[in-house]
Amino acid sequence: MAVKKLLKGNVALCHGAIAARCDAFFGYPITPQNEVPEYMSSLMPDNGRVFLQAESEVAAINMVYGVASAGKRAMTSSSSPGISLKQEGLSYIAACELPCVVVNVQRGGPGLGNTLPGQADYFQTVKGGGHGDYRLITLAPWSVQECYDFLPLAFDLADKYRNPAAILMDAIVGQMIEPIDVRNDFEIVEYPKAWATNGARGRPHNIINSLYIDPEIMEGINNTLQAKYEQMRASEVRFAEYRTDDAEIVLVAYGSPARICRTVVDMAREDGLAVGLLRPISLFPFPSVRIKELAESGRRFMVVEMSAGQMVEDVQLAVSGASEVRFYGRTGGYVPNPTDVLNQVRQWHGLPPLVTHYSTSATVAKEA
Amino acid sequence: MQKVFGRPKSLTQTEFAYCAGCLHSVSHRLIAEVIDELGIFEDTIGICPVGCSVFMYEYMACDMIEASHGRAPAVATGVKRVLPDRVVFTYQGDGDLASIGAAEIIHAAARGENITVVFINNTTYGMTGGQMAPTTLLEQRSTTCPSGRDSVCHGYPIRVCEMLATLDGPSYIERVCPTSPAGINKAKKAIKHAFENQIAGKGFSLVEVLSNCPTQWRMNPIDSFKWIDEKMCAAYPPGVFVDR
Repeated sequence: MAVKKLLKGNVALCHGAIAARCDAFFGYPITPQNEVPEYMSSLMPDNGRVFLQAESEVAAINMVYGVASAGKRAMTSSSSPGISLKQEGLSYIAACELPCVVVNVQRGGPGLGNTLPGQADYFQTVKGGGHGDYRLITLAPWSVQECYDFLPLAFDLADKYRNPAAILMDAIVGQMIEPIDVRNDFEIVEYPKAWATNGARGRPHNIINSLYIDPEIMEGINNTLQAKYEQMRASEVRFAEYRTDDAEIVLVAYGSPARICRTVVDMAREDGLAVGLLRPISLFPFPSVRIKELAESGRRFMVVEMSAGQMVEDVQLAVSGASEVRFYGRTGGYVPNPTDVLNQVRQWHGLPPLVTHYSTSATVAKEA
Repeated sequence: MQKVFGRPKSLTQTEFAYCAGCLHSVSHRLIAEVIDELGIFEDTIGICPVGCSVFMYEYMACDMIEASHGRAPAVATGVKRVLPDRVVFTYQGDGDLASIGAAEIIHAAARGENITVVFINNTTYGMTGGQMAPTTLLEQRSTTCPSGRDSVCHGYPIRVCEMLATLDGPSYIERVCPTSPAGINKAKKAIKHAFENQIAGKGFSLVEVLSNCPTQWRMNPIDSFKWIDEKMCAAYPPGVFVDR
């Protein structure tokens, strides 16, 4: 039975973690994700789970490493600068094939940046982020409902593949309030964890380790990881499409820019322009095959991000010159305005821009 | 014939790869003997550091986790919080615990985290070639202070036990010096007490073991023991700092 609740994205994550039977949460204060550790500090103990405010992001991800090693479900959350601090730990977790969930409520960057929405951590999350060849399963919610629903999904994928999973969102998704269905009918699969270091009771000892001095063994480990990522590419790609059937131009966006682009699609259609939207839901694995299909059937692409252009590189790779890819982005905490995005589409059709009542001088637009 | 001395059950059959005369072997053995004597082998999870003892997971027969450099207390915290009925220990060198992992050890101690920490202080980064450690003594030479540690340039050595003893969290802190049979017995007693404390739920326990590095100190083992007794014990006096 689903209960209707009015929740903030960050709070929905917490309820999603409870539904996902997350055993332990470790966090550290950083805006704009503070609601997560604040709610978890009571929600977790109220449900008989572990909450601990760590001394640093570095410590938090290593506490996650400990819990995951013990065979329990562990989670941490942070925002961009804090996620940078977790990269070493994530590399170890990926190398040791440990499941866990890491939430990044992205803010403006680089550096200390600001606490406004951003999407400039795409490269860091989707391409690995720490040292070594590894990937994070990356899910990108665009609504409060998905903040809730993606926690059980992320934990399931993490356990299934023994791999860290990331929830990559932005400050808008984290801070906005929407009514959602708080479902409790998730099927939580209990994956066997015979590898866990939880005490060698009647079995040989288990070791959680990522040190392999012998190059033959080290390369073998890398091959195993790569085979796993290939399996994810084959089985775990998630995306949504809106009015792409007859579209000539397909907007590609994730998170809150995807919601803006859905509005742009409707505005463009009123203008008589055949525009559609493809929203990658899993950023790794990326919906490259579908984008390639659309490119080969003549669709052109406009990628919209709150970054200077990161996901656009994956779209270009998928398109591989079969069609044209353009990019429109805002940074610094600015959110793309539907009219500005529409004007990019109009320009592509040789139409004059619609006049807006605000400055658009700070836009980052480039032809790829 | 009665067997009066053997290999602890908590050690694997793998031979230690430590340098001749290195006290890591003694510390490993003492921990294994304590685990055997307390009958906690199946309940124990060890966290090893980065440094010479990085391969400790090959020597200990209990479950082991290899932590990243300095983070063992955070990893141990994670394990202990979700498995409170298990026994969790960390084994860390001075570079690991007192330099890169200073924040983690201070906060684990401040929280009174119910874990056991065995801290090996040999005043150097042994595995990487003998660089200056946070515990390197003033005037002691290393590959990154070749003229000797100078307080003006390099600052002062850190006394971990004394520093952590200022906190309310720890239940037991002792520094031991296993350079003689009596010292080894005392070290074992301290390690056992640190494990018993955890089993009793008394909270954070740390034993600092003054150790040697004959290779990087450019000394034979006998001289390295003398150096510990004369130089290290003066800077890091053995004794009980907290027991409550």
